[in-house]
Amino acid sequence: MKNATRTWLGVLSVAVSLVVFVIPFAFIVLTAVKDPQQASRLDFSWPHRFQLVDNLVQVVQARDYILVIAFINSVILTVASVAAMVVLGAMVAFVLQRRVTRWTGLINFLVLSGLIIPPAVVPTIWVLQKAGLFGTLPGLILVEIAFGLSFSILLFRAFIATIPRELDEAAVIDGASPLRLFFQVVFPVLRSVIVTVIVVQSVAVFNDFTNPLYFLPGEQNATVQLTLFTFQSQYTTSYNLLFMDILLITVPPLVMFLFFNRQIVAGMTAGAVKG
Amino acid sequence: MTTVVPTGPPAAEQPKLATRTRRSAQTHSPYPTWFYLPAAVIYGTLFLVPTFASFYFSLTRWTVFRSTFIGLDNFTEFFQEPALVKGFVNTFLYAVATSGLKVVLGLLLGILLTSQIRARGYLRSVVFFPVLVSTVGVGITFTALMDPSTGAINSALSAVGINGPGWLTDPSLALFSVALVDVWKGVGLATVIYIAGIVSIPQDYYEAARIDGAGPWQLFRNVILPLSWPATSTVIVLSLIGGLRSFDLIWAMTRGGPGFSSDVVASVIYKQYQAGFYGLSTAGNVILFLVVTAIIVPLSRFLALKEVER
Repeated sequence: MKNATRTWLGVLSVAVSLVVFVIPFAFIVLTAVKDPQQASRLDFSWPHRFQLVDNLVQVVQARDYILVIAFINSVILTVASVAAMVVLGAMVAFVLQRRVTRWTGLINFLVLSGLIIPPAVVPTIWVLQKAGLFGTLPGLILVEIAFGLSFSILLFRAFIATIPRELDEAAVIDGASPLRLFFQVVFPVLRSVIVTVIVVQSVAVFNDFTNPLYFLPGEQNATVQLTLFTFQSQYTTSYNLLFMDILLITVPPLVMFLFFNRQIVAGMTAGAVKG
Repeated sequence: MTTVVPTGPPAAEQPKLATRTRRSAQTHSPYPTWFYLPAAVIYGTLFLVPTFASFYFSLTRWTVFRSTFIGLDNFTEFFQEPALVKGFVNTFLYAVATSGLKVVLGLLLGILLTSQIRARGYLRSVVFFPVLVSTVGVGITFTALMDPSTGAINSALSAVGINGPGWLTDPSLALFSVALVDVWKGVGLATVIYIAGIVSIPQDYYEAARIDGAGPWQLFRNVILPLSWPATSTVIVLSLIGGLRSFDLIWAMTRGGPGFSSDVVASVIYKQYQAGFYGLSTAGNVILFLVVTAIIVPLSRFLALKEVER
């Protein structure tokens, strides 16, 4: 490509990207720091008064610190479910990739089904109720694990296929039990794909709206995504607080993106191509 | 669960030795079957059991207290009630529109962002970042931006003399507007999939094409398009699955309104659940299940087949 073409195409693309992709985020930030009167107009304008700290304090204190509770809930939900997806998913993928039996085809089919089939909502609630877990955080954690396992297994299986079997054999000859073989020999080798799974799945679980909406009803045990929903219906006049909430919720994915951009992209494309 | 059944002997084994090796394989294999167990229990009880149960419950009138078997009544209701039929049709429109736009825009952006353009790193990041942002947050933001009178989009349009439409208030436009926001949020994923596909095309093809005197259009038509086919089929399948199941963006932006004009099956499922019609809601789930499998399974077969042919 000629140098002049490179430049004007670059300038044009940057200009378009500013309008299409940056303005919506600028709108979030600007509205989040406005005073209530100006924010309620919902127009794209420069704030008359910057009250970042004011709005921040107000949104945190709103409705008895619901946002703080929600953040704690979301962190517990994300950490617990992603940890389980990593360990359990890697265990399944390890045996599934290493030992081919007549059940392998069926198990592969079930794993793929988990990616494609939309979960049946009310029957899941019914099962959770029978187990006494409906509307509790542990119940939601188990649901997130069940729905996220398939993707984790696919990522792990593709990576384990690249690890030579000689590694396992050497460990077995040295007398390692299956548990030791997996947790002390194989698991450390999986480090890079573990990072990928953690990053991709934690963004997915943290941003999940549908499952908390169905399986964790009730005002007091909200997750962060649900606070948006309740703020939207109850704070129709305080748009500055609503957008401050959106801004706060965007921070964790942004941090993930800044530190793990490569792993996220690698994980999403690899999982996509394999799936 | 099927996964805890002990495994048979390898095919090459002598029949006499079979019993002994089977037992020893079971106790001494470095790849024990019980590794499946914890995942299988969670997946089985919270995904497989509800999925199978949904087929039964979709045939019942199911309230908080009890369920009575009523045969296919829920399904006939689903296809007779105009509001529900609308949701069924909209699901297809939404999925096809989002997935088509993601393929076209993702491919164009993929080509643009693999070329020697300036500010490539910035552009890749800014296109991809919306994928990671909360869907509900995006929905609320665009609801404000698409406001017919004060929203930024119509203000900008009126500045150049165009009278912008009521993006989310016009019943014939609402679903399409939500689909556009879905594309805005999801095109980054399509783009990185295309980037991965285009980067993996060996340089030899480009050189050979150039030596044969191919122009940019021919390069696109005869080299990039066919050789990035795996990326295309991935984007189609992924965005169709996502589009058919889509709920949170629609719910955040229009709640299926105005009227029922932007309802899809997933939002019907939620509305019927809220109203206490659990049987009807589950019938919606079964319909969604059938639609998704009836489209995705043959489609991915077909796409894989085309991949081999090329």
